[in-house]
Amino acid sequence: MEAVKGAASAVHADQPSRTKKFLRALWKSRALLLLALPGFLLLFVNNYLPMFGIFLAFKDFNYAKGIWGSEWNGLENFKFLFATGDIKFVVLHTLLYNLVFLIVNTTLSVLLALVLHEVKNKWAAKFYQSTLILPNFISMVIVAYLVFGFLNPELGFVNKSILEPLHREGISWYMSPQYWPYILTFVNVWKNVGFGSVIYLATIVGIDKEYYEAAMLDGAGKWKQMTSITLPFLYPVIVILTLLSIGHIFNADFGLFYQVTLDAGNLRSTTEVIDTYVYHALLVSGDTNLASSAGLLQSVVGFALVVAFNAAVRKISRDKALF
Amino acid sequence: MKNDNRTHPLIHLFLIAGCLVCIVPFWLILMVSLTGQKALAKDGYRFWPRDIDPEAYRFLLHDAAPIVRSFGVSILTTAIGTVVSLLVTSALAFALSRKEFPLRGFLNVYVLFTMLFGGGLLPWYLVYTKFLHLQNTLWVLIIPGLLGGFNVFVMRTFFTTSIPPSLVDSAQIDGAGELRTYASITLPLSLPVLATIGLFSTVGYWNDWFRSLVFISDDRLYNLQYFLYNTLMNAQYLQAVADKAHIAAAVSPIQPLEELRMAMAIIAVTPIAIVFPFLQKYFVKGLTIGAVKG
Repeated sequence: MEAVKGAASAVHADQPSRTKKFLRALWKSRALLLLALPGFLLLFVNNYLPMFGIFLAFKDFNYAKGIWGSEWNGLENFKFLFATGDIKFVVLHTLLYNLVFLIVNTTLSVLLALVLHEVKNKWAAKFYQSTLILPNFISMVIVAYLVFGFLNPELGFVNKSILEPLHREGISWYMSPQYWPYILTFVNVWKNVGFGSVIYLATIVGIDKEYYEAAMLDGAGKWKQMTSITLPFLYPVIVILTLLSIGHIFNADFGLFYQVTLDAGNLRSTTEVIDTYVYHALLVSGDTNLASSAGLLQSVVGFALVVAFNAAVRKISRDKALF
Repeated sequence: MKNDNRTHPLIHLFLIAGCLVCIVPFWLILMVSLTGQKALAKDGYRFWPRDIDPEAYRFLLHDAAPIVRSFGVSILTTAIGTVVSLLVTSALAFALSRKEFPLRGFLNVYVLFTMLFGGGLLPWYLVYTKFLHLQNTLWVLIIPGLLGGFNVFVMRTFFTTSIPPSLVDSAQIDGAGELRTYASITLPLSLPVLATIGLFSTVGYWNDWFRSLVFISDDRLYNLQYFLYNTLMNAQYLQAVADKAHIAAAVSPIQPLEELRMAMAIIAVTPIAIVFPFLQKYFVKGLTIGAVKG
């Protein structure tokens, strides 16, 4: 008892000097404080202030009354959000598209990396790689133009140069939602697979050559080397990148779904995802309550997913986890 | 032992096909922009137009003002954005890389959390429009893109792993303060990571249209991408651009709208297409740097 008391008072006596120590250390590193300050402020304005704004999802927001003046309305916004029924499809679209993109992109990226690694000529390898990653550096606006070049209903290449000579009727692409899941998946592959393969290729290049030499001595052919050496080395990278992507499965690529579809109203039955839904609610129909409640839903579920899947990554490899 | 130094021809075939898929759409747009009006109306978009005629480009030259202006906005925001972004990111990353910094732990979490959770579009929109009143200014095209948590961690990792601590220590023993260490030791030794992050930042600013879509309604502040977006999405906008050029040019009564549109896309792609081959190795490096833990 005595000892505990003594320790407690010692801690107590320590308290001011510890604060003082901290402040002194802080003053000593004031130059570092100064360096960190602009970044701190930028994140505060751009990231933290909006986070405080999530309470708007529980308010009946009105531009005229402002953020503070608008009345609280509890869970009304969420009731309305779910009552419209749209949100179910929108969430489903987001999840399905992201899942398909994840599977197709990962498979093709790994395949491409394996193939690129087989190119022995340095110059050719470089040329292929540069060309294949180029689409990643093009803005979605330009991508929308490129797609429009093929799909323009009156003059586009597909209708005019493929379907017309075959005596088939042209398709009004921007009014036919049934084709868009395929088109968007293709565009997504076109834009991301080249870039995605780089990281797998880096892993393959990093594999010790001795494994392959030993395998060749044992008479293993190319195929055997790939399945018994390369793929096992790639496997953890694939798992980790997949888990990290699943953490972001609630966030769609806004540019892809907004620009490439030319935001055509007729396509929404297959192309509306959470991000475009929030955008339309906020800046097109001006329904801020819908935008804020859908936005909060996305943020919270997204956060939970990232944390959960990061924990999974941590289990596999501590230093590949985000935190 | 068989020394297999030859690449299987099927592999080349596969990769050439892949490269064609990447390049061909650009070729189509380029050809459309060069097709004469009559051929275009008759044949549609073709890979080999019957009649090559750069009239769209001539047309644009007559009244290049809106394009030149949007180029100006893009160049200005990209240049300022990239430079400031590198300064702010590296300064914060430097502070985070110093073990002596008492706020290091707190700031690490502070930066990390921004990568995990966001407030969503509406509050973000309100911060810039209702609090800061930055809508329809160049600032709103620059500020939101300045700092990303991921880049901070990539730089911090580079500073802690690639700069010999002994160098920093000896500089500080010689009386260099933290500011001086940052400016004359860490930064000069960090050119690879600065180049990579600077390039990604440049591409990010150059390709950005979202901030314009949300915050900009004044057409004098349209950047190149947003200008293009408008001409694609909005036929009236294209018509207005064409009319302006038409009045200035006083040429043919029919306006080459389709070619005009595609010519603008080509003009916008050209800068990236020119620098890309020279810089692509940095992009590749950037991706592998990004694989290092944040």
